[in-house]
Amino acid sequence: MNGDGTVYSRALRKSFGDRVVLEGVDLDIRCGEIVCLIGPSGSGKSTLLRCIDGLEEIDRGILRVNGEDLGFRETPKGYLAMTRQEVAAQRTRIGMVFQQFNLFPNMTAKENVMSGPVLVKRTSKREAAARAEALLASVGLEGHSNHYPWQMSGGQQQRVAIARALAMDPNVMLFDEPTSALDPERVGEVLAVMKDLAERGMTMIVATHEMGFAKEVADTVMFMDGGVVVEQGAPTEVLAKPRERRTQRFLEKVL
Amino acid sequence: MDATEKPRMHRRRPVEYVAWLVCALVILGVGHTLLTNPNYEWGVVGKYFTASTVLRGLGLTLVLTALAMFFGTVLGLLIAILRVSKVRPVMLLATAYITFFRGTPVLVQLIFWFNIAALYPHIAIGIPFTHVSQAVNVNSLMSATTAAIVGLSLNEAAYLAEIIRGGFASVDRGQLEAADSLGMRGRSKLWRIIIPQAMPTVIPAVGNQVIGMFKETSLVSVLGVAELLQSVQLIYARTYQTIPLLIVACLWYLLMTLALSYPQSLIEKKYSRTRSRVAKDPAAAQLPMDATLMGGEAR
Repeated sequence: MNGDGTVYSRALRKSFGDRVVLEGVDLDIRCGEIVCLIGPSGSGKSTLLRCIDGLEEIDRGILRVNGEDLGFRETPKGYLAMTRQEVAAQRTRIGMVFQQFNLFPNMTAKENVMSGPVLVKRTSKREAAARAEALLASVGLEGHSNHYPWQMSGGQQQRVAIARALAMDPNVMLFDEPTSALDPERVGEVLAVMKDLAERGMTMIVATHEMGFAKEVADTVMFMDGGVVVEQGAPTEVLAKPRERRTQRFLEKVL
Repeated sequence: MDATEKPRMHRRRPVEYVAWLVCALVILGVGHTLLTNPNYEWGVVGKYFTASTVLRGLGLTLVLTALAMFFGTVLGLLIAILRVSKVRPVMLLATAYITFFRGTPVLVQLIFWFNIAALYPHIAIGIPFTHVSQAVNVNSLMSATTAAIVGLSLNEAAYLAEIIRGGFASVDRGQLEAADSLGMRGRSKLWRIIIPQAMPTVIPAVGNQVIGMFKETSLVSVLGVAELLQSVQLIYARTYQTIPLLIVACLWYLLMTLALSYPQSLIEKKYSRTRSRVAKDPAAAQLPMDATLMGGEAR
């Protein structure tokens, strides 16, 4: 069951109380596809990513990540919640990068990257440490292994967070506005790491306001507004000649 | 003088002079009565201050404090973990424990445990503190000492459980989500993520509890445990020098409390400094900042 790297959904619906946050979302994301989610804040981009990572439970619809129903198993009568163990196992194959990095402040950069393999996969510490060093080097952070999060800039922290997610060898990577909390001059270094990852064939879903990144890297751009996918397609279409009025109005404001 | 060089000065407000005057009068008054009232019997205070009975009582007070805090912390951590359980009956059980032990006076609890030990000697023997009582050589008072340790520990556990739970609650939700998204589960999350990050809020509060417990142990004198207060009571029951002996006890409580306050202030400073150092980093906005800690640092 390893591998796959696809995300599939049909009529996905999510609400918080009376407020419907996602309605009728259909996804067909291929292995290695780069999808950029754009749209105004509150449009449901973050919630969609959080659903795909299992941090939020969907109300209705189908959601399959890496070819498996996420968190639930289909039975004749309905979807039955999996055990926490099974959910955790599914999550190891999905990487998530948060807007606020969420590095563990009580651990160094290396320990952050090692935390998943050591605590979840029970990899030996020596092996995990060697891998962590390599991953940190691959995001341009050799020499920062023993730094604590508060000793690093936002951009460096976010790159550690990406390395931490990659250490689990996920098949799908989710990025929830990864550069929104960064100083402007730090945005580029994080986008460069993401671009590098995209070129290596990782399936990526990126909620972002960086239109330049979407234009250059994305295979598909999805414009969301009010919890629905308003328009999607190649960046040359959605970004350059949007068909929907809502997309046009949004792009006018951000470009 | 060159106007650019002149120092900035502030005038003292009249209320300060009044306050100093009142302060001086109080000190004079208290000092005068302390020195001239013969009933204080300072000679007796001096004589018993380092008497072996008193020092033994002080030793037992310290041992009781240490044991009650140790068992209270272990049990308090367990109850705090149960208290945040998503399994409802477990959570309710922990809540009931906390409600009961915080809702009844510790003095009543102590007498209760003392009598339980008398009624059910098997239960008293079954509780594994027996060797400890022997260690402090109060064999004849073993059940009272056991009741004291059990009573203080169980009561303290309820308070510490709430303190620790507050520490858990201070850990940012994003931390738990990050752990979840790596596929981390219960025990790793608790010991590697939640507990280390709860420490800065919990440890200073536990330090305060230690100081409180040190004084709270005086309650077990009602059980006849020869801790500090009971020791001086035993002496003045014989000599009728009640006031000077109570002063002996008070001086020891005060001295030890001051002695414990110093490391406590260092601990508080250390943790508030780590906090604010972290808070300087823009990325650390994710850490919920403890208002009191920040306030204490601001001055």
